[in-house]
Formats: sequence, C-alpha cells, structure tokens
Amino acid sequence: MKKTIALVLGFSLLASLPLTATADPEAEREAFVNHFKKKFPNIALEDYVNGVYALDAGAREQWEAIEEFPPYEIDVEEGQQLFETPFANGKSYADCFENGGIAIRQNYPYFDAKSGQVKTLEQEINECRKNNGEKPLKWKKGEIAKISSYMAYTSRDKIFDIKIPDDPRALAAYEQGKQFFYAKRGQLNFACADCHVYSPGMNLRTDILSPALGQVTHFPVYRSKWGEMGTMHRRYAGCNKQVRAKPFKAQGEEYRNLEYFHTYMSNGLPVNGPGARK
Amino acid sequence: MQIAVRALTAASALALVLGGFIPSLASAADTNASVLEEGKKLAFDRKKGNCLACHHVADGISPGNIGPPLLSMQARFPDKATLREQVYDATTKNPNTMMPPFGKHGVLNAEEIDKIVEYIYTL
Ligand code: HEC
Ligand code: HEC
Repeated sequence: MKKTIALVLGFSLLASLPLTATADPEAEREAFVNHFKKKFPNIALEDYVNGVYALDAGAREQWEAIEEFPPYEIDVEEGQQLFETPFANGKSYADCFENGGIAIRQNYPYFDAKSGQVKTLEQEINECRKNNGEKPLKWKKGEIAKISSYMAYTSRDKIFDIKIPDDPRALAAYEQGKQFFYAKRGQLNFACADCHVYSPGMNLRTDILSPALGQVTHFPVYRSKWGEMGTMHRRYAGCNKQVRAKPFKAQGEEYRNLEYFHTYMSNGLPVNGPGARK
Repeated sequence: MQIAVRALTAASALALVLGGFIPSLASAADTNASVLEEGKKLAFDRKKGNCLACHHVADGISPGNIGPPLLSMQARFPDKATLREQVYDATTKNPNTMMPPFGKHGVLNAEEIDKIVEYIYTL
C-alpha cells in the first residue's frame, strides 16, 4: 500500500513539473510495466492483451468459449465490405492510408506535426470520408467501429509502436493524457489508475478490474453488455460516467491525449483487436 | 437528525441497561431498529452507499474486496465521530483512498450518513 502511494505521488510530482523539464516517457513506461510485473509475477507480459481474463481463470474459461465463435466476426466482415466499397467519387479508404490501410493499427494514435495534435484511427477514417465528399460517421459505434475492427483485424500480431517525437507539443499531449489518467474525477472521486493500476484483479462488487497495461490492444471491442461493438472512446465515456463524471466528447482533445498516453504504455504488445469482453 | 440519532442511541443504551423491562421505552427501541434497517438499506443500495462494491458487509451478496471487511466497528472506532468522518470524507485520512467522499461530494446527505454509521456500528 505504501508503495502504491509513493507511485501516485511520484506521478503527480512528475505531472506538476514544467513541461520543459526532462519528462521521460520511456522511463515512465518501464516503471508502469514493472508495477504490473511486481503485482502479478506469474503473468507473462504477452498475456496482458487478454485484459481481465489474464487474471481470473474462471472468467477466462467462459471467455475462451465465447471466442470460439467470436461475436465480432460478422462486424469484421461488414467492416471489410464498408472498407472496400468505393466512395461516390470512385476513391476508397485504401487511398487515404499508408499501405492501403492494411496492417497499420499498431501506429495509432500518433502525433501529427502538421496539426500539432494527436490523431486516432477513427479520426482519420472520418477525415478520409470528408476529403472524399462523404458525410462523417458517428464516433462511438456502428459503421466506424466496424471499419476500425476490420483494420485492427488486418493488423493482428503487429506490435504497438507509438512514438513521441522530439516536439514539445507531442510531449505536452502525452503529459495531458497522463494527467487525465491519474486525476481523480467525478462525484465518486476515482482516477482511471485507482481501478486499473492499483486495483486490477480485485472485485468491484461483481466486476473484476482489468490492468491498464494491455487494455488498448483489442479495440474496438464487442461487449456483451452493449450487445455490439464500441470504440475506445465509447469505453472511456462509460468509465467516466460510472464514477458520475461528465464524459468528454468522443475524439475531443482530452480523450485523444488519453489514448496517446494509454496506448504508449502498452508499446511492445501485439494488436489483437477486435476483442470480446463481458 | 444527528442529535435525534444520538438521543435514540442513548435511549436504546438505557433500554439495554434496563433489560427492556420498561414498556414505555419499547417504542424508542423500535425506532432505533428502523434506523438500523434504513441504514443497512442505504449501505447496500447501489445508487446510495453501495458499500458492498468494495467491502464485505454482513450478509450482503457478492461483495467486492477493495476495502477491508466491515467488522468489529466499535472496537476499531471507539469514537463514533471518527467512523462518521471516514464515511463523510475518507480523503481526510488518506488523500489517495479509493473510497468516495460520500458526504463531501454530496453522494449521501448528513441524515443518510448518520443512519449508515448507526448500522455499521452494530457490525
Ligand atoms: C470505479 C472503477 C473504474 C474507474 C475509475 C475506471 N474504470 Fe475502466 N473499467 C472498470 C470496470 C469495472 C471495467 C470492466 C471490467 C474490466 O475490464 O476492467 C472497466 C473496463 C475498462 C476498459 C475495457 C477493458 C477491456 O479489456 O476491454 C478500459 C479500456 C477502461 N476501463 C479504461 C478506463 C479509463 C481510461 C478510465 C479513466 C478515464 C477508467 N477506465 C476508469 C472500472 C473503472
Ligand atoms: C470504491 C471503494 C469503496 C467504497 C464504495 C466504500 N469504501 Fe470504505 N474503504 C475503502 C478502502 C479502500 C478503505 C481502506 C482505507 C483507505 O483506503 O484509506 C476503506 C475503509 C473504510 C472504513 C475503515 C475501515 C477500517 O477498519 O479502518 C470504513 C468504516 C468504511 N470504509 C466504510 C464504508 C462505508 C460505510 C461505505 C459505504 C457508504 C464504504 N466504505 C464504501 C473503499 C471503499
């Protein structure tokens, strides 16, 4: 417990330093990973991509049964169709992305020097539509989640490699994401870290909490509770609401920066999206 | 309300001492029983205390285990005011605690907290 507190203080101390100071994301990532290694010495690093099922054998058995007939399979197929259907102008998604949009999920989100902002995969899917004269899709579910699922599927086993370029704006975005992650919020006064760094494996009533490490790798996710696919930002909004905090806008700067930090912490783990969860 | 509860507690203590022989005190004891019952309901209600999210509490179903089981409260909190403060604002004792500051953030009002405290003080 004392160690936990020291870690919290350590992070808030770092967070309050001026941005010109030597914030070192790579050292912070290593400390983050080591925290989980110490907490769960018997869990292999690769297993973190399985979220809560890495920690709980009983839940894992049920989940593996579900994965035999993955509930997201049809969404991946529909996503592929949507992805391959040309726009009215004859172009398609493949024209907007590197490598025709195949096997690139592991590079998102990334810092875009031109706009000075973090960009996510969903954001670029909609940008692609706009640039080709199509209406943007809704952010949190439906077609965008299907297209993103297909793109994740083509990227399975690629290794997450989020970069923080030597640009003070990129570091600032990372810092803001980190602060969001460690800040207490909402009427119930919880930080993301309270549940997913300090309490993974514990029961919050009937829910077992998943570790933050590896949480991002399987998104978008088919959640039984939703009965459909949802994007990362849908999940962020859910976790904000659960502590009675007002959720932020999907694809707004707060969640994009959060996703930047959150995904950077899982660098080195493979893409296994889309996933299925309770 | 706090005063009312204290008066009730005093009355029930008296009832205990007198072994419940005096019939006029029986109704006070009844009221106290209903305070305890309401306290338990508030403690278990997901939209109110939801203490079971984190604590094992008596016969509560599927409790969490993030906080310590709520047991032997009188022994651990000889001063009831300290216990009340823990429920009102757990961050005074530990700024990084997971436990929500129920009173300070208005999740529960003073009356509700008093009832919950009365209830868990019997555990
Ligand atoms: C009060 C506890 C609590 C807080 C605070 C909380 N979460 Fe969660 N979160 C949960 C629970 C419960 C689940 C579902 C079980 C699981 O996978 O952990 C969940 C699930 C998730 C998942 C999905 C995991 C998966 O494998 O699909 C992500 C991602 C996530 N949370 C991120 C966050 C972020 C980011 C924050 C802060 C903005 C946050 N959570 C705050 C309780 C919380
Ligand atoms: C989300 C988690 C959570 C919830 C909900 C919660 N608590 Fe706690 N509680 C804790 C934790 C964790 C501790 C350990 C002390 C600390 O963190 O400083 C604690 C400590 C306590 C203690 C002190 C126990 C001791 O022996 O020192 C009492 C009493 C208590 N809680 C009562 C309650 C009551 C009553 C409720 C509901 C109204 C409640 N808690 C709801 C997490 C929670």
